[in-house]
Amino acid sequence: MSPLKLKKGSSKHSAYDLRSGYGDTQERHTIAVVVDNEAGVLARVIGLFSGRGYNIESLTVAEIDHTGHMSRITIVTTGTPQVIEQIKAQLDRIVPVHEVHDLTVEGRPVERELALLKVTGTGDKRVEALRLADIFRANVVDSTLTSFVFEITGTSEKIDAFAELMQPLGLEETARTGVAALSRGSRRQD
Amino acid sequence: MTRQMTGAKMVIQALKDQGVDVVFGYPGGAVLPIYDEIFQQNDIRHVLVRHEQGAVHAAEGYARSTGKPGVCLVTSGPGATNAVTGLTDALMDSIPIIVLTGQVPTFMIGNDAFQEADTVGITRPCTKHNWLVRETEKLSDVIHQAFHVATNGRPGPVLVDIPKDVQFASAAYTPPGKARTAHYAPRVKGDIQAITDLAELIEKAERPVFYTGGGVINSGPGASHLLRELVGATGFPITSTLMGLGAYPASGEHWLGMLGMHGLYEANLAMHDCDLMINIGARFDDRITGRVDSFSPGSKKAHIDIDPSSINKVIHVDIPIIGDVGHVLEDLLKVWKSRGRKTNKEAVAAWWKKIGEWKKVDCLSFDQSGKTILPQYALSRLEALTKDRKDRFICTEVGQHQMWAAQYMGFEEPNHWMTSGGLGTMGYGFPSSVGVQMAHPDALVINVAGEASWLMNMQEMGTAVQYRLAVKQFILNNERLGMVRQWQELLHGERYSQSWSEALPDFVKLAEAFGAKGIICSDPADLDDAIMEMLNHDGPVIFDCLVEKHENCFPMIPSGEPHNKMLLGAASTQDAIGSSGAVLV
Repeated sequence: MSPLKLKKGSSKHSAYDLRSGYGDTQERHTIAVVVDNEAGVLARVIGLFSGRGYNIESLTVAEIDHTGHMSRITIVTTGTPQVIEQIKAQLDRIVPVHEVHDLTVEGRPVERELALLKVTGTGDKRVEALRLADIFRANVVDSTLTSFVFEITGTSEKIDAFAELMQPLGLEETARTGVAALSRGSRRQD
Repeated sequence: MTRQMTGAKMVIQALKDQGVDVVFGYPGGAVLPIYDEIFQQNDIRHVLVRHEQGAVHAAEGYARSTGKPGVCLVTSGPGATNAVTGLTDALMDSIPIIVLTGQVPTFMIGNDAFQEADTVGITRPCTKHNWLVRETEKLSDVIHQAFHVATNGRPGPVLVDIPKDVQFASAAYTPPGKARTAHYAPRVKGDIQAITDLAELIEKAERPVFYTGGGVINSGPGASHLLRELVGATGFPITSTLMGLGAYPASGEHWLGMLGMHGLYEANLAMHDCDLMINIGARFDDRITGRVDSFSPGSKKAHIDIDPSSINKVIHVDIPIIGDVGHVLEDLLKVWKSRGRKTNKEAVAAWWKKIGEWKKVDCLSFDQSGKTILPQYALSRLEALTKDRKDRFICTEVGQHQMWAAQYMGFEEPNHWMTSGGLGTMGYGFPSSVGVQMAHPDALVINVAGEASWLMNMQEMGTAVQYRLAVKQFILNNERLGMVRQWQELLHGERYSQSWSEALPDFVKLAEAFGAKGIICSDPADLDDAIMEMLNHDGPVIFDCLVEKHENCFPMIPSGEPHNKMLLGAASTQDAIGSSGAVLV
């Protein structure tokens, strides 16, 4: 029996080239996951994303019900429609997960992020930074003669835009919380 | 009335209350209090394995052959890490097992204590769920939850990590009825509209096929019974994955044999050419689908699965039905019958005619005219000499022998076939056979093995002999890692890198060294007598069956190819695997 001849470089082909072509467009979804606030629950969620090769653009978590010990995890992710469906189904499979909401599907969600930006400088740059901060409704939460710390809340895009403007004005450090999101309207209606 | 007891006693009490009769385990420092309690009671039998991996596979064998969850008890650190392969195996094949691990005392966790490992961290991705219990008050509740999670929904392995101080401390015992299990309640009833849609498709289908999997077996004997009724009533052909063998009897008139990479010609072509595919409890695994974008291109597909994440994961389906196979089949039969039990009889008859032509290819034929035993012949004889025994259980290791066993042996009942499907764990079969024999002491338990796989957990000979478990180790010895060798022949220019078994033991002497019986056979003429000698021996046997060294396993769908590009034998293998297929495993 003769050996099979393999073409050079064949190992560069990914197994995933063989996947069927439906729904190849990448979509950005905001998913809210309500979980028992128990040890390791965040690791389960993150481990699911890394283990199965899903993207995380942003992830926030905090306990929202101190008596029932429930936390809400808000995840912004991207993927094909098939992958997004998988992500939701896989999240729902985790035992301490109570609810999975695809806020993007449920309607344009209210999404907010908080950021702290440290901008240093003197003279015109300092004045300009303060003026722009006013336009963006950012608050000054710390100030020295050569620096400001601005607090800004808004969509991720708004914060991106503000940070970009601050860059030439002496942006030194940024801290962002990641997206928190809620669906619009009353939940009781549905 | 609440009863106060130590954590260690709680473990035993909880196991008793869950109906556990056997625990497979291995003691160590961090589980000594629990072993002390085991010593002081007689309700639960403890089977001392020789390696923790063996304990988990034995529990899997026990679980698969009984339908009840299997239980393991191992120590912290290395005990827990040795259990990881078994846990992953059980996760991939949806086998309900509960692994209890000892842990260093709570006040030492994080200090790199002796035999400390982050067990819940390590096993998080390879369990369905796991718990580290830091308070004795919660221990019994968590153990009951563990049984609930392991056995409900899609079954799977769970792990409870118990620090040593939690085992020593006392608290009130929570009985099973009081445990907090309500929050985990997967849906078992399928959507009736979807079921009606499927019934409608069944009425119209011209070229239907049932494609069944391990989910039917996990759903319980009732599901297999309903499946047989549905297949009989519709007259549709049925094929099954490796994991689903036995749900429909191999002697049944509608049986096509196993499908997939090494499945039967008629089964795979039926899958490729069908116009209605009814997937019952299978998951479109890559061993089944082959090339995804050419998978059964002209069919409507229905998929019954208890796990929503299985739906549309690999193959887009037209009718997803989320629910337990037993419940869904019951409703499907009810709906279909109430609509008048209709099928497109004429078209289905024509479909069977076509299938009959494929069957004539006789894809499993082989020629045993030489002086060397062919592995196919060995298994055909094993099948012929044992198939009348209703209490026959077959385990396998992983590789060519596993595929040949699936091809040449027939399974009439569910829960009689134990094999590592999803993970493909070499070394699974022997400890698994130990677990099966513990559950069925008088049954005929045979592990069909290759010599390389078998050596991976051969230490369990000690367990088999100690507990007088008459497990028959039927080793097809080709002195090769046969499946690796086959792929090297087909894909890697016949460069047989590290794929032979050098310095093999004398298996007869090895058996005798353990106090068991060894048999060697190399002549086809002696085979029947040798097999009978194995079957008639009341005790564990190692059967060293020397077979043809270079036999390949066919049929074979080359990786990266669709079902209709199947290889039937040596002549058709040339240039069969394209460059994109070569990267697939």
